[in-house]
Amino acid sequence: MAIRYLLGNEGIAHACLEANIDFASGYPGTPSSEVIDVLRVQKERPFTVEWSTNEKVALENALGAAWCGQRALCTMKHVGLNVAADPLMTSAYTGVTGGFVVLSADDPFAHSSQNEQDTRRYAHFARLPCLDPASVQEAHDMIRDAFALSEEFGLPVIFRPTTRICHSKGDVDTGAVGTEHQTAVFHRDPKQYVVIPAHTRVLHKNLNGKQQALKKRLVELGYNRHTVRGSTAVVASGVAAAYVQEVIGGDVSLAIVGAYPIDEEWLREFVDRHERVLVVEELDPVVEEAVRQVATRTEVFGKMDSTVPYEGEFNPAIVAAALEKAGMTPTTTFPAAAPVQGVPPRPPILCAGCMHRPTFYAMKKVFRDGIFPSDIGCYTLGLQLGAVDTTICMGASITVGSGIARSGEERPVVCTIGDSTFLHTGIPGLLNAVYNGADMVVVILDNRITAMTGHQPNPNTGVTATGAESTPISLDAICRACGVSWVETVDPYDLPVLLETFRRAKERRGVRVIISKQPCVITARKSGVRRKAYAVDPERCTGCGVCRSFGCPAIAFTGENATITELCAGCGVCADICPSGAIGMEGRR
Amino acid sequence: MKPSFDILIVGIGGQGTVLASNVLGEACIIENRTVRSAETHGMAQRGGSVESHIRIDGKHGSLIVPGTADLLVAFDLLEALRYRHYLPAGGRLIVNRNLVVPTSVYQQALDVPDDESILAALAGLDVACIDAAALAREAGNILSQNIVMLGAASADIPLRPETLEEAVRRCVPKKTVEVNTAAFRLGREKGAGTTP
Repeated sequence: MAIRYLLGNEGIAHACLEANIDFASGYPGTPSSEVIDVLRVQKERPFTVEWSTNEKVALENALGAAWCGQRALCTMKHVGLNVAADPLMTSAYTGVTGGFVVLSADDPFAHSSQNEQDTRRYAHFARLPCLDPASVQEAHDMIRDAFALSEEFGLPVIFRPTTRICHSKGDVDTGAVGTEHQTAVFHRDPKQYVVIPAHTRVLHKNLNGKQQALKKRLVELGYNRHTVRGSTAVVASGVAAAYVQEVIGGDVSLAIVGAYPIDEEWLREFVDRHERVLVVEELDPVVEEAVRQVATRTEVFGKMDSTVPYEGEFNPAIVAAALEKAGMTPTTTFPAAAPVQGVPPRPPILCAGCMHRPTFYAMKKVFRDGIFPSDIGCYTLGLQLGAVDTTICMGASITVGSGIARSGEERPVVCTIGDSTFLHTGIPGLLNAVYNGADMVVVILDNRITAMTGHQPNPNTGVTATGAESTPISLDAICRACGVSWVETVDPYDLPVLLETFRRAKERRGVRVIISKQPCVITARKSGVRRKAYAVDPERCTGCGVCRSFGCPAIAFTGENATITELCAGCGVCADICPSGAIGMEGRR
Repeated sequence: MKPSFDILIVGIGGQGTVLASNVLGEACIIENRTVRSAETHGMAQRGGSVESHIRIDGKHGSLIVPGTADLLVAFDLLEALRYRHYLPAGGRLIVNRNLVVPTSVYQQALDVPDDESILAALAGLDVACIDAAALAREAGNILSQNIVMLGAASADIPLRPETLEEAVRRCVPKKTVEVNTAAFRLGREKGAGTTP
């Protein structure tokens, strides 16, 4: 209807509007965040949108709406599905009445993630249908139709885009925004919604009974399709199918798997026609396992025989190399092109003026021999400052920290966790640490927002996803309610007070909480906060390099002396760090 | 013959590479051409090295394979060096004569790179080196450097200049349309043909 240049996630969001969506929830996580970010600010269709406190909460909220007959979407990144796995597994048993789509975005190469897990495994585990788009247009079309598929089978549908779908752009053909709204009505049906053993045994049987028809339907819908061209073939899935299409020869057959579970008969019929089959898919060998299971005399190539890489993301060159290994000639060969060696790295870094930097600085200064468990957020970049010793998953800083403290390790444990992560899954860990008598310091890095994923509001921000004001919560009160008696809130831009607070914490025992509170420097700037920049007095600078170790991107060195660049956000912390008093507010000296 | 014209835009998070790639994508829509692009989001944005792939007439994936780009547009000298292997030998590079030294250099006490040594390392490419900051100031705002760079690259891009200008108008904030249009024209007039 209208061709627009859209980001994959924008295309997905628009398709939800076309599909008459009634309810959307999610927890931010790269590469999924922009879907809710688009839905929460759009003005074309009024419906319920929320950022939830974590993925389990998000999924259960959307499930509630789907049980009222509404069309509901729930979004998260792949590791978020681990948090939401509990309700997901049993929602397959209960089923839904309104269309329910669970979007879980995978991140091959772990561009912005802690692992490379594959959402398709969850779909198999839960026995739920899973749609796996190969292009931005297909992502749009699939999610537009996914709600109807969910209603047809009475099952939640998992939608699994990857980074190169979510964060790719292309010309997308979009339709009109839907105008139908489903009135929410909950029909009491304990046999469906109360999963006591007597009910759940029946529900399990029903779920299994749906599988055969589901497999056939996914072929009928054209999600799993093939073209026979010769005696060799490629079976590809997801965005890897796009790379295959770029380099596959005209005499090689191609099957594209865009939906699971795969109909074995359909797959066997295709595989049987070929002497050799190469399976190309990112992440786990899900399709490959299915191909190997149905293959009788066909030779199969894939990850399991090292023809295709197990890890990371693909591109046309990787696919061309795999084709050659499997004895199929690609249409293009790619030159070996290695990057220039020795180029200084430019990793992501905490912003100039970021509140995390002085907090880490003070923590390390006071707890020189400390152990520093940390968590997931911008502050994981504190790794570069030697302030992050562990990061495993959301909320694990406090729990891993209390485990280290209670294991008998004698050095002090000081963990750091952001405000959003604390509200996500940090609170039970704090409660546990206090209850079980851990001896540790918990630092809540309170920048008032979920920053890393694009500045989404959380309950600590005081506004909802749609911008409505909400009851401001108190981190101090939450900590005290968990049983912490020593809770101090401090401004991290005030370095002397910050250092003194850490020193006082060090003198005490038990669980101590420091709330280091200052709005994210990016949101502060956007909301109009302007601070005067700082400058170095070259007469006084001795070139000692103390400010260099602070790691602020606004501090540069020309020759022996430090200078402050135009990146300066005016936090002023470096002025407190400089032993020669050479740094001051611009124009003051 | 390659089915798509592949442009890699590289720079530092915050320099406006995504806006520049949006302009190219929008221009493709105006000319009814297909386009695929890929960009960096999330954690990698925070002052880190960023890349945008744009494939004009692209129909499949959004990723450009190293060694096959038709054009490299770099907003920083060091980033040009980091991504030069995306170009074949003798490939076309439009680079901003701007060098932001990464904080890692100071923290890890690495050798501080300088303009001359980087330009020497870029020899073997067909290089146009642009003083985008000066042209952006002339246009009226230092922040329009990304559009200056686009203007400078436009002679090498198979999209009509008037389409690109229209795309600039559609993509930039309303208040900055005038400045950015001027930035595009200055880049186009004074950028092309500039040698290091």
